[in-house]
Amino acid sequence: MINQNLKLNTKIFNENVEKSSTRLGFGKGLLKIGEENENIIVLCADLTESTKVDLFAERFPERFIDLGVAEQNLATVASGVASMGKIPFITSYSMFSPGRNWEQIRTTICYNNQPVKIIGSHSGLSVGPDGGSHQALEDIAITRVIPNMVVISPCDLIEAQKATIACAKTKDPTYMRLARNNTEIITTDETPFEIGKAQIFFTPEIGLAHVGIIATGPILYKAIMAAYTLEKKGIKSKVMNLSTIKPLDSEAIITLAKETKAIVTVEDHQIMGGMGSAVAECLASNYIVPIEFVGIDNKFGQSGTPEELTKYYGIDIVNIIEKVEKVLKRKN
Amino acid sequence: MENLTDEEIKKLKIKANEIRKSIIRMLRDAGSGHTAGSLGMTDIFTILYFHTLKHDPKNPLWINRDRLILSNGHICPVLYATLAHAGYFPTEELQTLRKFGSRLQGHPHSEYLPFMETSSGPLGSGLSQAIGMAIIDKIYGGDKTIYAILSDGEHDEGNTWEAIMLANKEKLSNLIVIVDRNNIQIGGNTERVMPLGDLGEKYKTFGWNTQNVNGHDFWEINNAIFKAKKNKSGPSVIIAHTIPSKGVKAWENDFRWHGKAPSKEEAEMALKELQNLYD
Repeated sequence: MINQNLKLNTKIFNENVEKSSTRLGFGKGLLKIGEENENIIVLCADLTESTKVDLFAERFPERFIDLGVAEQNLATVASGVASMGKIPFITSYSMFSPGRNWEQIRTTICYNNQPVKIIGSHSGLSVGPDGGSHQALEDIAITRVIPNMVVISPCDLIEAQKATIACAKTKDPTYMRLARNNTEIITTDETPFEIGKAQIFFTPEIGLAHVGIIATGPILYKAIMAAYTLEKKGIKSKVMNLSTIKPLDSEAIITLAKETKAIVTVEDHQIMGGMGSAVAECLASNYIVPIEFVGIDNKFGQSGTPEELTKYYGIDIVNIIEKVEKVLKRKN
Repeated sequence: MENLTDEEIKKLKIKANEIRKSIIRMLRDAGSGHTAGSLGMTDIFTILYFHTLKHDPKNPLWINRDRLILSNGHICPVLYATLAHAGYFPTEELQTLRKFGSRLQGHPHSEYLPFMETSSGPLGSGLSQAIGMAIIDKIYGGDKTIYAILSDGEHDEGNTWEAIMLANKEKLSNLIVIVDRNNIQIGGNTERVMPLGDLGEKYKTFGWNTQNVNGHDFWEINNAIFKAKKNKSGPSVIIAHTIPSKGVKAWENDFRWHGKAPSKEEAEMALKELQNLYD
């Protein structure tokens, strides 16, 4: 059952659950924080509308700069902006920022410890028809490895809005991973959000869970649906929303592992180096349990609908269920 | 500001000579580092820190200071030595260059010396950072001048040209770039490794105010900076033609000094040559 202490969307199991995109949540959050704080500066590399900074740009044109298709410049100019005491948000597709400009992010933003907020939209297979060149499946790996960096991957429109506002208030270099498509709205305005805090979104009706499912980003919805299906089969699970991948909420992850003794991680990202790897690093050195990983297994994406791609690459509800069954076998 | 008297020029020459000696001593003790560019840019760093910049070594993070970004971080011995001589930290500390626990990292790290404005070393990103600063100063109505020092070799980097286009788009008249046109890079002559041609003309085509100067002539450099500051139409670049390893005849114009430090004997010879200059 949905954890109602967190005031989640009670209509989540309805057929026509409301959908919107995390990128729009970011755009709305940015407008709000831009109104509150005149030190917010937005830099964009020719993707104003598709990264949803058009809302901010129309309202505050004097604090908006379009640098053209130049992501290396995007990161480095932002470092200079931040060094003057401002909070720059830089936006592009994840593939290009932090993809194209990784060294610039490492040296001029993280090595200098400047509070630049790197917003990457169109991450994951869910980009769909644009094809493999545009589907960032490595961005979590390349950002979480950099010292000083915070990595956030919100699960829906509303959480993305809250995460945007929250990260504008910190001094940390931050990467926020967004998705293009409209996805199910899981949280509500009343759901608490804090950077670095994992939350249990789904729990068994009664008793202890047999397995812990940890998900990040909009694919969390599929994890919850898998848990819902498993419950009917008599398999009790807890589903964790791990929206902050770094710093990792180790305490919550260890607590979940201690209760369930089996973990499945779920992400729209390469298995190697992703959120599941972060969870495995944590559990390997603190509390060893079997772990199964739902993610992309060392492959590039291709064109197709998000539904076709999630099925083909094995990150659908049915795959989560399979991995749960597998991890339960390994548990004994 | 506008004019330098003969007396002032003489003082700058003596100061530059002291800084060159510091550079040679620190590179000798470090056992590695970049000699040619450091000595080649000494005159320009000297005039900037001892004449041009609005700054206060006693209040290094003074909010209204001009900003100076060293993009080609590998010539940091000249930055460190100039900062020390200007009073930012004791000159004795220069001998810790490249040693464990030192604030004087092999390439600048702003965490240890925040008044350096940024960390640098990986080429091609300094101009963009200076542009970020200049944009903010313009938006928020400041009156600072933002200086960026670039090498000629880092014009091989695409990031540099992305930045050159943006500065023109934003009409950043508060930005002055000084390019160290010494015609060498780590692998040899710039025109052989990757021909850059007439850099000034290239900047001009990109909408910049362009000047060429002899990078060892204080009067010329000062005059060019003054003209650049007066120009309010857009960003300015000064192509400073310099001699790599300037001051030590045996090393001048030899690309092999780009990335190596002098031995004890070589340093002794060089220090003697510089000693005789203004005795």
